[in-house]
Amino acid sequence: MDGLVFDIAHLFAGGLVLVSFMMLYQDRLYALLNIFALHAIVLALSVGWQAYIQGAPHLYITTAIALLFKGIVIPVALHRIIQRLGIHREIETVVGIGMTMLAGIGLVALSMVVMLRVTADADRLAREDVALALSVVLLGLLMMVTRRNAVSQVVGFMSLENGLILAATGAKGMPLVVEISVAFSVLIAFIVIGIFLFRIRERFDTVDIHALDRFQGDRG
Amino acid sequence: MLASVSLWCVAFLLTVAVLATAIARRPAATPIVYGASLAASLVALASALGGLLGDPASPATAILPLGLPWIGAHFRMDALAAFFLTVVNLGGAAASLYALGYGRHESAPSRVLPFFPAFLAGMNLVVLADDAFSFLFSWEFMSLTSWALVMAHHRVADNARAGYIYLVMASFGTFCLLLAFGLLAGVDGAYTFAAIRADRASPVLAILVLALALLGAGSKAGLVPLHVWLPLAHPAAPSHVSALMSGVMTKVAVYGFIRITLDLLGPPEWWWAMVVLALGGITAALGVLHALMEHDLKRLLAYHTVENIGIIYIGLGLALAFQANGVAWAAALALTAALFHVFNHSVFKSLLFFGSGAVLTATGERDMEHLGGLIHRMPLTTFMFLVGCVAISALPPLNGFVSEWLTFQAILQSPELPQWGLKVLVPAVGALLALSAALAATCFVKAFGITFLGRPRTPVAANAQEVDRFSIAAMSLFAALCLLAGILPGLVIDGLMPVIVSLVGERMPVQIAVPWLSIVPIAESRSSYNGLLVFVFIGASASLAIYAIHRVASHALRRGPAWDCGSPNRSPTTQYTSGSFAQPIRRVFGTVVFRAREHVEMPPPGDSHSARMHVDLRDLVWEILYAPVAGVVTFVADRINYLQFLTIRRYLRLVFLALIALLTVLGVWL
Repeated sequence: MDGLVFDIAHLFAGGLVLVSFMMLYQDRLYALLNIFALHAIVLALSVGWQAYIQGAPHLYITTAIALLFKGIVIPVALHRIIQRLGIHREIETVVGIGMTMLAGIGLVALSMVVMLRVTADADRLAREDVALALSVVLLGLLMMVTRRNAVSQVVGFMSLENGLILAATGAKGMPLVVEISVAFSVLIAFIVIGIFLFRIRERFDTVDIHALDRFQGDRG
Repeated sequence: MLASVSLWCVAFLLTVAVLATAIARRPAATPIVYGASLAASLVALASALGGLLGDPASPATAILPLGLPWIGAHFRMDALAAFFLTVVNLGGAAASLYALGYGRHESAPSRVLPFFPAFLAGMNLVVLADDAFSFLFSWEFMSLTSWALVMAHHRVADNARAGYIYLVMASFGTFCLLLAFGLLAGVDGAYTFAAIRADRASPVLAILVLALALLGAGSKAGLVPLHVWLPLAHPAAPSHVSALMSGVMTKVAVYGFIRITLDLLGPPEWWWAMVVLALGGITAALGVLHALMEHDLKRLLAYHTVENIGIIYIGLGLALAFQANGVAWAAALALTAALFHVFNHSVFKSLLFFGSGAVLTATGERDMEHLGGLIHRMPLTTFMFLVGCVAISALPPLNGFVSEWLTFQAILQSPELPQWGLKVLVPAVGALLALSAALAATCFVKAFGITFLGRPRTPVAANAQEVDRFSIAAMSLFAALCLLAGILPGLVIDGLMPVIVSLVGERMPVQIAVPWLSIVPIAESRSSYNGLLVFVFIGASASLAIYAIHRVASHALRRGPAWDCGSPNRSPTTQYTSGSFAQPIRRVFGTVVFRAREHVEMPPPGDSHSARMHVDLRDLVWEILYAPVAGVVTFVADRINYLQFLTIRRYLRLVFLALIALLTVLGVWL
């Protein structure tokens, strides 16, 4: 039983990393949002499994939040934003899929090396979880760095947040308050960035953040 | 019990500071704030004296649930702290009293009133603190409040620069002390002084801590080459604050140094003393030479603070040397000399700053070349200033002589030291000390003579008015203390003994038991000094001379024209000036120390304009040490400035790369 429990938790956490990789090479916004929804669903599965094996019913709330908000509400809302902005046909110039994927692999390796060493005397399950969560966080950051479109940066940021939740639920005894606050902070960040998008759009007629650079003022 | 009395005083001062922000714009605020500060300082002074005279075996302690959560804030008033609290609160009380009168002329009271009580509270807290966190917090609080006071008149030319340099030096000092305490506390974070004392640092760490303490406390006290901010910042503040900064805050820095080296660091090594002695000697000589070149009265006084800090450090260095060699009775003598000088300097330097503040109030001038003849307009201030000058010049029977004499007595014990390095260095430092004592006397002949004697050089000096009675009261109080400590030094020395015993474990002979109020540092057969006898002799011979003159010569006071060498020009500019008085010394020492160059600008033939003489002085410490550092920092800052104007994506990328780099380091390291 113990082996199976571990394997399934590992499967979900690994799945999250895999979906993160999938997000890296999406160059269409709709496709990116779909993958992000998938990311949230895998997260919900993982958190749900953690709730079951830890016997911690409050984690089911986190599962629900992940499923409802991140899996459904946010992707739908972003879909509508993209439609209203009329940028659904835009194709992003990603740094180069090959390079990005290689960098992603390097990041996963790095987080494994660091985390497995740092947490040498921690619980086996938590160890793997934390290592994979750090990979998800780093991949989210990588996505934010390589993308130019503001919408895909929002998505990158939220996948990063998913990684944090994975880490938080992987460790036993994390109070619910923290998770809810993390979830809400993401929601608020999403709202703020959404409003920002409209502002950028109204002002500069594009959501390409390069447009902002021209308005930076004196570059002494 | 006593510690909590002092803490209540601190709390009261802080409350006054907060209230002062609310009422600072009203005219009644000045007497209220300074009156409250005076009351709090007097209570704290009484408490500190109680601590000094009380049982040294059981110092008063208090723990407050503030500061670091797992430690709390520890406060303790042992003999050393009680002595320095006495100095702090005596200075604080006198400055408050003085400011009752002086503060009325303040142009921006809302910039001074809130910070003055807070500054007093900060200095009290530093001395009371018994753990590293409280100490550093109070230290920085003291620095920042005094910085705010320096910046009170920030629109005056050069004050902003003074404030900037002070802030940089103060941050540097706190940074060094932070590292020093970090090293003392060790990896397990034992931040209370009791824990640090129990767990002595290893020899290598002790060297580092000593260096950091010299840098940290030395930069606040004004050790050369860290003295550059004193002559800029001390004069920039209002005069009662200058008195506190110069007379008291530098002593708090000395306290920090003593606390670390003699109390927390464990048994000293003999060569530590070499470093401290050399720095002290250089500081004393360079400080007084700088002072001689100065024409600004308050800057001159600030440079003299540098000199006196040098004298105190010479005493401390001797104490370290004797202590390291187990000659405890000589260490007791040297430490007594240093602490006595701490007390003396706080008294006469405050007195002199009060006097310069009175001159500033009466004339609006700090430049001595624009003053003169004030003795006729301000007789009381002149007399008090003269007492201060005599005291700081170390002339008997005043207090400055006693502490410098004791320092020399300690220097004369150098044959007791086995190391050749010390045997050679100590007499050399003694020569520097003698030189600086002589130059100090020259300097104060200049300061007093040019400012108060002769004829007024400007109309403002000619129309000066005597200052108010609060200022006079504060000055008379300290002048009386100078005299009392000078003619009854035995009482002060005996009062210091609990401090000395707690630090070096040995004491000087009981002075009160010596007949005729003499003081005997070691033994009657070696040397002794009787201030009272000197005072009585000077008083008697002076009275006799006055009597004889009035008896033999005319009874009437005559006023005649000053003898002008037969020259018909009666302009006051023909008088001896500060620059001309200092010229011989400038030619002897200045050409080497300051690269002084004089050149005379002659008018072309036929032109009736007067010739002009220029003197160029260069501050080599600034040019060699500070200018390159400032240049490098500016260069690097200019390069890094580019980072301020990046795009969002570049910032994200920087954060990302920094994170990756840190994780890689972590991965490789572990």
